[in-house]
Amino acid sequence: MSIFLDETSVVVVQGLTGAQGRFHGLRNRAYGTRVVAGVTPGKGGQDVDGIPVFGSVASAVERTGADTSLVVVPARWATDAIVEAAAAGISLVVCITEGIPVHDAVRCHATLQSRFPATRLIGPNCPGLISPGKANVGITSGDIALAGGPVGIVSRSGTLTYQALSDLTERGVGQTTCVGIGGDPIPGTSFTDCLAAFQQDPDTKVVMLIGEIGGSEEEQAALYIRSHVTKPVVAYVAGLTAPVGRRMGHAGAIVSGGLGTADAKRQALSEAGASVADDPTQAADMVAAIAGAVAA
Amino acid sequence: MDLLEYQGKRYMGRWGVPVLDGGLASSPGDVLAVCHQVGFPAVVKAQVPVGGRGKAGGIRAVSHDGEALDTARRVLGMDLSGHRVDRVLVEPAVRPEAELYAALTIDRAARSELLILSSSGGMEIEQVATANPDAVLRVPLEPGAGVPAVEAAALGAASGAVLHRPGVVGSLNGVLKALYRCFTEGDAYMVEVNPLALLEDGSFVALDAKVVLDDNATYRHPEWEAMAAELEWDPRDLRAKRNGLNYVGLSGQVGIVANGAGLAMSTLDVVAQAGGTAANFLDIGGGASAAVMSDALQLVDSDPAVRAILVNIFGGITRCDEVALGIVRALSEVDLRSPIVLRLDGTNSAEGRHILAEQAGPSVTVSASMLEAAATAVRLAGATA
Repeated sequence: MSIFLDETSVVVVQGLTGAQGRFHGLRNRAYGTRVVAGVTPGKGGQDVDGIPVFGSVASAVERTGADTSLVVVPARWATDAIVEAAAAGISLVVCITEGIPVHDAVRCHATLQSRFPATRLIGPNCPGLISPGKANVGITSGDIALAGGPVGIVSRSGTLTYQALSDLTERGVGQTTCVGIGGDPIPGTSFTDCLAAFQQDPDTKVVMLIGEIGGSEEEQAALYIRSHVTKPVVAYVAGLTAPVGRRMGHAGAIVSGGLGTADAKRQALSEAGASVADDPTQAADMVAAIAGAVAA
Repeated sequence: MDLLEYQGKRYMGRWGVPVLDGGLASSPGDVLAVCHQVGFPAVVKAQVPVGGRGKAGGIRAVSHDGEALDTARRVLGMDLSGHRVDRVLVEPAVRPEAELYAALTIDRAARSELLILSSSGGMEIEQVATANPDAVLRVPLEPGAGVPAVEAAALGAASGAVLHRPGVVGSLNGVLKALYRCFTEGDAYMVEVNPLALLEDGSFVALDAKVVLDDNATYRHPEWEAMAAELEWDPRDLRAKRNGLNYVGLSGQVGIVANGAGLAMSTLDVVAQAGGTAANFLDIGGGASAAVMSDALQLVDSDPAVRAILVNIFGGITRCDEVALGIVRALSEVDLRSPIVLRLDGTNSAEGRHILAEQAGPSVTVSASMLEAAATAVRLAGATA
């Protein structure tokens, strides 16, 4: 099995007529994903390589039965696009767009929570997710993934997600689903949401978690792992030697209470029972060893 | 973008946060003139983007002409944590009855806006927050609903008698409403007033202002450009900013170019593991074109400390053929001093490697993995040092 996305997912691409939307929408389709529609306001009736374009998500859903949306629209319209998808009944919205103003993201998150609690948002500013062999929604290159499990990947960093997929695939270790939750301050889906789903998924035997400095998402994940996750977790946190940014004011320190450094995150994850790697390659080796032991 | 105090105060003032009437000065004569405008006693405050200015001697009270000139000569030109003071803000001195702390920021964990308020404002606010958490009120906000009215009792025993005087809490709530508008309509990631001074007449005034603007919202604030122009920028930072690159200068010998902040940080980590030190952090972002890649290489190479450049690319939205074309372009446009070690995987990596094999020449080494690339770059940086 996989989490959030599988071969039955029916996908609409918001922004399909743009250069990025076209490139990645068609690439997702070529992977085998059921990409059935595009949406660009004012361009309804056109098509992109045979994929019909609609003027609104609602009409795309009505005509094609889409239940999943890939949002590849410029930042200033992205949160409107997300809410439009949710209002049209889309249950999984994957937003690739980077550069969304943080107050827009806060409002979008609150709107989804209060009015469309059944819609899951992944991102923004994320690579999307791939359930290898089933479907790929986002900008991840499908040929670096390997179907069949047993590893579930969740990552805050785009490029480190590709690194992890490729390292595991090279070692012959497959993945159930790889979710890039994105690096923005207000992610739609958190590490904890993904850990909960992987814990439930019978085919996921090992979870690989890739974090980075800043925020306290990894510390929250550690708390969750300690109390709810029985499957082995291997974690890597980027930024051990990263420059400490110039700090303005005290609010950040008061909010995080000293959390946020790579060391604090590594320690929290380690104390929660996760195996903590020093670099991405070592993380892949550790996951491969556990996956091998599980299979044996 | 982090605003300087005087910019932050002007910005907050636009939404009605009370600030003092002061003036900027960049020469002792100007300092004296502003002092005469605002009246003695006055306060002379260094305008540099660092905390702890008071403790470092960058904020001084003056009470007559001689003291004003003497202080101006001492503060203007002084170095505060690597920043030369070339402007000071001169304001009338006030005698607060109480000093509060007020901030609005994004609480990532709660995915909401957060009001932080304390009656124990001042330089030790972080220690207060740690030692006596009850003295710091944290109120998660409903988006769009504004700040709820705060009651004196909510500020706890530490608020003392002053907040219970008639009208004081109403006045505080007025300040918080204005601050909230500055935070949301002004597209700030954080606004902080510390101290927020309570004056004898029951009114409040912001004695300091820290504003961090959300760079993602730049497109709807054309007025930010003028504020940015008043900030001092490292020439390397400025060049990076112009080209849309996320660059932070460091002090090592291995120049770093990577796509994605996570991969760039991870690259710094593996360079350290290989025994080297990074000269910079540079994230070229997603979907970088050949032109951006070429700019990035020239920027990193312009740092005289750089002995080798490690380019670590895992293509997703970034296409490796574009990266390769960028390297070829940089090599043809300028004479790069530093050898390039390249790790290239992901979208169109075969095309990228092909372009490099045909056109790049001997100064570019393509490595099979990130760790191997880091080891090679550290070795080359040492060999040419």
